[in-house]
Amino acid sequence: MIASHLPVLQVVMSLVAAPLCMVLHRGRPAWLLSVAVSWASLACAVALLLQVIDDGAVTYAFGGWAAPVGIEYRIDILNGFVLLIIAAISAVVVPYSLRSAADEIAPERLWLFYAVLNLLLAGLFGIAITGDLFNVFVFLEISSLASYALVSLGRDRRALTAAFRYLILGTLGATFILIGIGLLYAATGTLNMADIAVRVQGQLDSRTILAAFAFLTVGISLKAALFPLHSWLPGAYAYAPSAVTALLAATATKVAIYLLLRMVFLFGPDFIYEELPLSEVIVTLALLGVLSGSAAALLQTDVKRLLAYSSVAHVGYMLLGIGLGGMLGLGGGIVHLFNHAMAKGAVFLAVGCIVLRVGSSELASLQGIGRRMPWTMAAFVIAAFSLIGVPLTAGFIGKWYLVLAAMERGWWWVAAALLVAGALSVLYMWRVVEQAYFHEPHPANADAAEAPLSMLVPLWVLAAASVYFGIDTSLNAGLAARAAAVVLGIAP
Amino acid sequence: MSEALGLYNYWIFVALMMTGLFIVVSRGNLVKKIIGLNIFQASVFLFFISLGKVDHGTAPIVSHAGDHGAAIYANPLPHVLILTAIVVGVSTTAVALALVVRIFEAFGSVEDDDLHRAEHES
Repeated sequence: MIASHLPVLQVVMSLVAAPLCMVLHRGRPAWLLSVAVSWASLACAVALLLQVIDDGAVTYAFGGWAAPVGIEYRIDILNGFVLLIIAAISAVVVPYSLRSAADEIAPERLWLFYAVLNLLLAGLFGIAITGDLFNVFVFLEISSLASYALVSLGRDRRALTAAFRYLILGTLGATFILIGIGLLYAATGTLNMADIAVRVQGQLDSRTILAAFAFLTVGISLKAALFPLHSWLPGAYAYAPSAVTALLAATATKVAIYLLLRMVFLFGPDFIYEELPLSEVIVTLALLGVLSGSAAALLQTDVKRLLAYSSVAHVGYMLLGIGLGGMLGLGGGIVHLFNHAMAKGAVFLAVGCIVLRVGSSELASLQGIGRRMPWTMAAFVIAAFSLIGVPLTAGFIGKWYLVLAAMERGWWWVAAALLVAGALSVLYMWRVVEQAYFHEPHPANADAAEAPLSMLVPLWVLAAASVYFGIDTSLNAGLAARAAAVVLGIAP
Repeated sequence: MSEALGLYNYWIFVALMMTGLFIVVSRGNLVKKIIGLNIFQASVFLFFISLGKVDHGTAPIVSHAGDHGAAIYANPLPHVLILTAIVVGVSTTAVALALVVRIFEAFGSVEDDDLHRAEHES
């Protein structure tokens, strides 16, 4: 009975938890409820994914109205995998947020913080799970509005301007997506994505479809922070509360990249890779993003900003996978979605621990922190290895696939650029490690103690996952390969 | 030529869209940016609404008399979608204005240039 309603529960649990947090009106009960919901969501996502692996795509018709008339939730391997990423990260970050949020957010606003956090999760789950294109827009705006509010809760007053700039660009992106949806509806007469994918074939040379494709691509690229549309990202990540940064960095851009993958599925790989020069365009922009993000990270004096620019670079890696295409490229991009979520989540959680104890994320105030907070910094270093892409960590797999995919197409310059970017990422991570381990402790952090256990455990779960999934790749790489087959239309 | 003029509602959509986008990009005042954003969104609403309009079309309600064969129906779906999008637009404006109020409290200005200067000082 309950198993048949899992798809709707995935979204509804978080959506209902948000007003409940408002009713509870106190920080700690709201936190307890959010933890319970995030763990239930994880169980739900795992159950759904297992169901999909066993029986193929799961569908859920709202109100009993079958698609394409009614709205449908549709889960295949691709979005099942994305749901798992969002649910796993939220199940780790929400418990972590108790101490971190209490430190960074005024106590009388704490329950509001959890209400908005649950709205964000409901929106992210909704984007990933729905099979209806207009539903995507609505959930996108739910998650975006929630993330603007969450970013603005940061302690620094610059969080407000960062949130405003994010809002302006985010709304432009969402409205572009809306125009694209309208044009697509005008051409096909349906909003159901599986239905569109069928009806769009045969009229791919129509100008309406081309315009729809262009608007959707630009809008989604804004949300995904594809170079050169990434200007909102560093500010938003740098000034948001630490737990929010970890959650956004690990999930929000990933969902936008999932939407781009869905577009490949909607319009068909032949259209994207054969008829349009999109492969060359996306690969070029993605590489520029990888290189400029890595170079900008080198110049930052704030760790959160440094890691935010590293996110711009890593979004570039995932988009590179989409640009290169084929089983290897798409598989590499999708597996990097998972691995980057784990590793980037871990480093931002580690920075959150440091902000709690030191009160600042300035690079200079990190001097000697490796001696004061050995467990936090050890986890940071492990996750940093994964971000750099050292073999035997999760980050290596995605980059390896990408290099193979580039070689397969004979684009050796892509592989060379990836090597340069790898070297740059070693340099910017080294700047943090050097400050933490090879300096006498800074007077500002003389009395900094190790982070509390409630923050260390979530941090180490993600750091351990970054290593585990680098050694046993059957789950992440296996699922990513099957998801790539779904995108290419090889598997149902 | 007459075909291009016949699509005048789409020309209005494009003109409004460009106007809104230009205001968002060119104005430094945050409130004016929000106004530009609203014009931009409203243009998209108009686009959807004219998409669903059919000349002499009526609401698709089947009458009991059974004379529905002759009537021309307009597609109500784009209109329904736009109701949702209007709600989204209003919420976005509300969040944006709330942020502007907070920015004014924190910085004492809502001009982009002043804000940039204040950000570099702090």
